[in-house]
Amino acid sequence: MGTTTKKRRKAVVSQAECVACGCCVKVCPLAAIQVVKGIAAQVDREKCVGCGRCARECPATVITLEEAAV
Amino acid sequence: MKQKKWYDFMWIVSLTYLILGFFNILFAWLGLLCFFIPLLISIIGGSKAYCNRYCGRGQLFGVLGGRFGLSRKKDVPKWMKSKAFRYGFLIFFFIMFFQMLWNTYLVFAGAQDLRQVVTLLWTFKLPWQWAYHGTLFHAGAAQFAFGFYSVMLTSTVLGMITMVLFKPRSWCVYCPMGTMTQLICRARNGKL
Ligand code: SF4
Ligand code: SF4
Repeated sequence: MGTTTKKRRKAVVSQAECVACGCCVKVCPLAAIQVVKGIAAQVDREKCVGCGRCARECPATVITLEEAAV
Repeated sequence: MKQKKWYDFMWIVSLTYLILGFFNILFAWLGLLCFFIPLLISIIGGSKAYCNRYCGRGQLFGVLGGRFGLSRKKDVPKWMKSKAFRYGFLIFFFIMFFQMLWNTYLVFAGAQDLRQVVTLLWTFKLPWQWAYHGTLFHAGAAQFAFGFYSVMLTSTVLGMITMVLFKPRSWCVYCPMGTMTQLICRARNGKL
């Protein structure tokens, strides 16, 4: 996988599996991920740069980095 | 790095709690705060701000597993994050909790003597009499303290084991309080 594709990748949270612990929120350098209403984390795709820190931190490992459509 | 807030140091409070209970078991009563505060935040505020910000136990695992490197940082097994296990553990925890309340009741009712032990992992009885210096209240108040401290120590030990084996805050995946507050938040938003 080339480094050029990295910029277009975005974090995606599996809504059904997220335990809403908020560990991801603490490590995002751009405040692009938030726990919404205590149910699950959601990513602001405008802000996310796909660095993958949240995915590494998530204790349940329910965040994947996916190729953005746009 | 983000600016640290006062609530980023709650792990010190958690650690202090465990240490205090080693010297005087009656401090265990303070642990009720870790039950009522998250519940109230989820019921009234409709959020998991407790887990997200204030939970000292989670932070303690984060510090030990992260900064101190006491974690393999591997993924938790699939079954551990399944709904069946998370809800099952919540129910098991509840049953054990009520059993502890029942024992407290028996001491209050005079049907059972105070047992000065801390029960680890619902099985192992650790002698703990050095932490008991009598109480101004009923012996039942001390029984509750021993029981509650057992719950807190057990969850810390379990959390430490999964911290070492998996990611630092793996405990958060199956923490009964976390599961319960998430359920409450779901219910409040009609997403059960
Ligand atoms: S991938 Fe990076 S920028 Fe995107 S939400 Fe996760 S931590 Fe934030
Ligand atoms: S760290 Fe993982 S489980 Fe926790 S809120 Fe973020 S996505 Fe959900």
